[in-house]
Parts: sequence; structure tokens; C-alpha cells
Amino acid sequence: MSDYDALRHFADSWGLVFMAITFLVLAAWPFLPGSRDRNRAAAHMIFDEEHDDG
Amino acid sequence: MESLVMRSGGWLLAAVLAFFALAFSADSGFAIHMGIIMLAALITLWVTLRGADYSGIAKGTLRNGADQSRYDDDPVRWGVIATVFWGLAGFLVGLYIALQLAFPVLNLGLEWTTFGRLRPLHTSAVIFAFGGNALIATSFYIVQRTCRARLAFPSLARFVFWGYQLFIVLAATGYLLGITEGKEYAEPEWHVDLWLTVVWVSYLAVFVGTIVKRSEPHIYVANWFFLSFIITVAMLHLVNNLSLPVSFLGAKSYAAFAGVQDALTQWWYGHNAVGFFLTAGFLAMMYYFVPKQAERPIYSYRLSIIHFWSLIFLYIWAGPHHLQYTALPDWAQTLGMVFSVMLWMPSWGGMINGLMTLNGAWDKIRTDPIIRMMVMALAFYGMSTFEGPMMSIKSVNSLSHYTDWTIGHVHSGALGWNGMITFAALYYLTPRLWNRQRLYSLRMVNWHFWLSTVGIVLYAASMWVAGIMQGLMWREYGADGYLVYSFAEVVAAMFPMYLIRAAGGVLYLSGALVMAYNIWMTIAGHLRTEQPMTETPYNEAADRPLVPVAAE
Repeated sequence: MSDYDALRHFADSWGLVFMAITFLVLAAWPFLPGSRDRNRAAAHMIFDEEHDDG
Repeated sequence: MESLVMRSGGWLLAAVLAFFALAFSADSGFAIHMGIIMLAALITLWVTLRGADYSGIAKGTLRNGADQSRYDDDPVRWGVIATVFWGLAGFLVGLYIALQLAFPVLNLGLEWTTFGRLRPLHTSAVIFAFGGNALIATSFYIVQRTCRARLAFPSLARFVFWGYQLFIVLAATGYLLGITEGKEYAEPEWHVDLWLTVVWVSYLAVFVGTIVKRSEPHIYVANWFFLSFIITVAMLHLVNNLSLPVSFLGAKSYAAFAGVQDALTQWWYGHNAVGFFLTAGFLAMMYYFVPKQAERPIYSYRLSIIHFWSLIFLYIWAGPHHLQYTALPDWAQTLGMVFSVMLWMPSWGGMINGLMTLNGAWDKIRTDPIIRMMVMALAFYGMSTFEGPMMSIKSVNSLSHYTDWTIGHVHSGALGWNGMITFAALYYLTPRLWNRQRLYSLRMVNWHFWLSTVGIVLYAASMWVAGIMQGLMWREYGADGYLVYSFAEVVAAMFPMYLIRAAGGVLYLSGALVMAYNIWMTIAGHLRTEQPMTETPYNEAADRPLVPVAAE
């Protein structure tokens, strides 16, 4: 099997599985329990009254 | 004193080296470029010597280090001015080449002013000079505010700004002189590519350095987008520009790849330049300036994170859709198409996230022309990210490819999304950076908004008609099995569409001129006496209690 074939088969099997799982984990991250407050804090961070930067 | 001597000696050495490169160069284009570099080194030397604090050195009272309690905004101010300047230059060249297509006599019969040389001048001026300066300026502004830290490596940040301007000048002069690698959006030759690599790595160092010294524990999502933009553009630039120079002191080089590999590398680069330069970077602006201008937090921070990771994971595979029906393997074409269609969802997620930030404050569209520009930018982001996936579908692509529909699509994204969000960011930044009470004129922002919007509508609509007409005429077979139209007949049929497109360009350029005047006057510290955008509706005569009147 040529290098091209080997890489191509890796890309559409284990490579694809690895990418998909990595993506799902990263996308699920903000849904972890307790992240609601962290997300709210992050979204409001640019409006911190004490550090108003205009 | 030693450091001053070292620095000026270094610039002098650079100028001397450039002079020798000029003297022994293999071709005139390379010689001119080395002349420009020598001039740049001498100017920097002069500025270094002029600006030095000699009395401070003599008395030994040299101030050490900058005031860490202040943001470092000088490079941002320069960036705002450079963005306006290069924007005007890029739009003007765009209008000129649009007119060249309608009136070929405007090629002037000179090799330097032909469409083929002015076209990359236009695309690079608007994408890399206008867009790039906007990205560098806003990223330096936003990363400081969201990290609550002064910019890291101040002299490196200044080098990034001026080094990037030198890159723009080298690229632009190169196009006119005919120095090109022939790769779309990556035309500069190897020596200019190397210079950009140095500048870009410095940019990465300044940006990451500021994030590292942040005093805010969370890294705000806009910085994620900026960081992905800087890193990915570095990777794309390095791989796509792998090439072997013919001579050490000559401009010509040959690409490391050949044939379809070269084509795929080029469009892997080309599409991700759109994805990470024109999308991720400008989304970073959106995620900061839209909430700030609306004075409301982003609609969903969660959605912004999903938006981010989906763009990162999907965009990088979409490039092959530029090579449908070519020698590229069929599976790669299908892969490009499928990932392009999937990209529609995160793009619209991002658009909805931006628009819904205005939830409960929609009246600001009426009262605040800057918000209106941001909303129009998001609308065009949504429209072009719907149009793009649609055009990547093979059956649609067989009609749209190589036609002016593609040009229209690019411009609805570039003028509508990138242009409008940049204008909004410039209007947001200018009064704050120069510490002015407000912009010179909000009414002029409104004028700019309408001139641009009508300009884009004329541009996109005429290119839809032109593109579909072109596609249909090219594939029209007669009863005897021959093509009905010759290529020149199709070109002639496009003439009215080209005129409408140029009219759209005139409007868009006029809007940008209004902006340049407005920003100029704001920086100069003037306030225009004008009617406010909204009046308080109040009728004193009617504002009275009802007095009981006895029945008659």
C-alpha cells in the first residue's frame, strides 16, 4: 500500500473518529454542570463597572 | 546609550546590506524592492536618532519601562488611520478595475496598469492592507481591554505595525512591476513572504505575550477568534508559499508543489484565508464591539464557544470546493462540498448570536447608526455564508464557477460583512482613542451606511444577473450540437451589468470618503452642529391634566 493510500485510509477511519470525538468534547464543554455561572460571568466581563474602559 | 548605538547601528547595517543586495540583484524588480527596504531602514535610523532622549541619557535619568496602569494605544491609533487610508486606496483601485472591465481603454496600454496587475493590487489592498490593519489594530485594542493588561513587548508591537506597512508597500509595488507567484491572495514573491513571516511571528508573540500577562482569569471569546486567526494564517502562509528561489538576489521562485497538488494547496490556503482572516478575525471584532456598542452582553456565551469550535473544525476542509470538476480526486471534491454545506450551521449560529444580542434593544437600530452598521454586517455575514455553501454544491457550482456570480458572492461578504463591521469598529474606536466627546457627526455615519448599503445592493444584484447569464450562455447548445455563443458575445452581453457594478463601487467609495472626513474631523477635535438622530417627542401644550368642566 502506498503512503497516499495509508494516509487516506487513516484519515477516513481513526483520524476521523479522533477529530469527531475531540470536537464533541469541546462543544460539550460549556454545557458541563456549573458552567452557566461561569459563562454569564464571562459574557459580562467586558462590562465590569470597576474597570470601565469605555 | 549602548542600546541606542546598537539599534541605530543595526538599522544602518540593514540599509548597507539592502544596498549591496540592490547592487548585485539579478533583476530590476528585486533591485527596486531592495531600494525600498534600504529607504525604510534609513528612515527608521533617522527616527531612532531624532527621537532619542539625549538629555535623559546625559543626566542618567532615562525613564525605565512604561506606565503599566495605562493601555498602550499608540499602535491602535496608527492602525485606525492606516485602515482608513488603505481602505480608500483599495476601494479606488477596485472601482478603477471595475471600469477597466467595462472600458478596456482604461488599461492605458501600459504593462503596469493592466487589469492583470491592478487586480491583485486591489484584492491585497482591501484584504491585507485595509482588513489586516483593522485586524491588527482591533486585536491590540481588544486583547488589552479583555485581559486588563498593557500590551506586551511594546517595541515589538511597533515593529509589527510598521513592518506590516512595509510588507504592504513591497507587495503592492511588486504587483505593478509584475513580480508575482501567481497564487491568488498569495501573490508576493519569496523575499516578501519571508518578511511577512517575521512580522507575523512578532504579531503572535505580542498577542500571546499580552494574554500570558493578563490579570483577568478568563480569556474572553474574542481573543480565541483572534488567536486562531493569527496561528492559522501563519500555518497557511508557511505551507502555501513553500518555494525555491531561482537566485539568491532575484525575485523569481518556483513553488514546491506541482499540478493538482499545487492547486489543492493553493485553495486550502485560499479558502482558509477567507475562513480565518476574513471570518475568524472579524468575528472577534463582532464578539467585542457589538456587545459594547449595544451595551448588552453577548446573547449566548455558550453558543459563541460552539461557534468557535465548529468553525475551527469545519472550515479547514472546505477548500476543495474551489476545484469542482477539475483533476482533483472526486472524493476530495465531495469532501469540500459536504464540509462547506455543514459550515452553514455554525455561521448562522454566529449571526444569530450577534443579532440576538440586540434582543430587547432593537430600537437602537433606529437611533444608533453604528448599531445599524453592525446589524447590516451580520445580515451580510449570514447572507454570504448561506450563498457560499449553496455555490459549493456541485450542480450549482457547474453553473456558477468561473462566472461573475463568484465575484458578487465575494463582495457581498467583503463589502457587506468585513467592510461594515470594520467601519462600525472604526466609529467605535475613534472618539475613545483620541478622547473625544463623540464622533464629529452621527448623521454622516448614517450617510455612510446608506451609501454603502445601496452600493452593495447594486454590486451584488448586477453580479447575480451577470453570473447566471454568463453561466447559461456558456453552456447553451444549439440544435446542431454546437455552442450558441462565442466567448466574446458573452463578454459584450455583460456590459450593462459592469456599468451597474461600477455605479455600486462609486457609492461604496463615496461612503468611505464620508467616513474618512468624519474620522479626520473627529481626530481634529471638531463637533458638527447637527440635529440629533432622535428628538424627544414632547408637546408641552398637550402635557396638562384634564380640568373638569361643568356640564352645560
